[in-house]
Amino acid sequence: MTRPEPVFEAPWHAQLFALTVHLNEAGRFDWPDWAARFSATLARHGLTRDLNGGDDYFTAWLETLETLLAEKGWAEAAAVAQIRDAWEAAYLRTPHGDPVSLDG
Amino acid sequence: MRVKALETILTEKGLIDPAALDEIIDTYENRIGPRNGAHVVARAWSNPAFRDALLTDATAVVSELGYYGRQGEHMVAVENTDEVHNMVVCTLCSCYPWPLLGIPPGWYKSDAYRARAVREPRKVLADFGVTLPEDTAVRVWDSTAEVRYLVIPQRPAGTEGMDEAALMDLVTRDSMIGAGLALKP
Repeated sequence: MTRPEPVFEAPWHAQLFALTVHLNEAGRFDWPDWAARFSATLARHGLTRDLNGGDDYFTAWLETLETLLAEKGWAEAAAVAQIRDAWEAAYLRTPHGDPVSLDG
Repeated sequence: MRVKALETILTEKGLIDPAALDEIIDTYENRIGPRNGAHVVARAWSNPAFRDALLTDATAVVSELGYYGRQGEHMVAVENTDEVHNMVVCTLCSCYPWPLLGIPPGWYKSDAYRARAVREPRKVLADFGVTLPEDTAVRVWDSTAEVRYLVIPQRPAGTEGMDEAALMDLVTRDSMIGAGLALKP
């Protein structure tokens, strides 16, 4: 049989993938529009260097989704940055092994 | 962390259901994958009428088997023979038939694979351990969101008596994008 390999190379790839598919399933945007935007981001990133198909691919994916959500007014860049920092602080202050939470 | 931030914001606004995300990951990790495509190939090997229909209108045929949905549209099946070996590369994205093959591996999405497959397909095949006869032509298809290809690998010799379920085990993901051959029994 085929050699075993993970479907997603990193957990954040899977999370990002699922988030995007879920938003599409919920009718927040249609898939062809998404694909066109993502293609454009990949093409732009690929102008300056060879993309590796792993982190590079999902970094372009994330940038596309962030831009789309900001345009729709659902997640403005400033708010995302603020929550991101809050999560980072939460991870840093939480003892290893405990559940990480934004409260506290 | 940036993904987590988006999740938090969208959850707070009621735009997403966080439980649904785990469900989607589970589906794509465990239920949607190359076994679906292998099912299609095994049936094409076993059933000439199905094979003909698949080569004529792949999207309709695979939809009937329940393999449709996001990125499952605009399917074209191409058949490997003694004369020609088909290989698929992806131009940008959104060109991989998820319902049939699952999520593509990282190397398939890399610029290096695409560029080399177009320039020197035989060398790339050799990297995958595949050596084709000199007189077999190699045709490289550029997959797009408008046309997504499924390669029907050649049925291996010695499989005459095998049923569909047994044949499915011989059909690898790589063989359905032309980067490999079907396994020998």
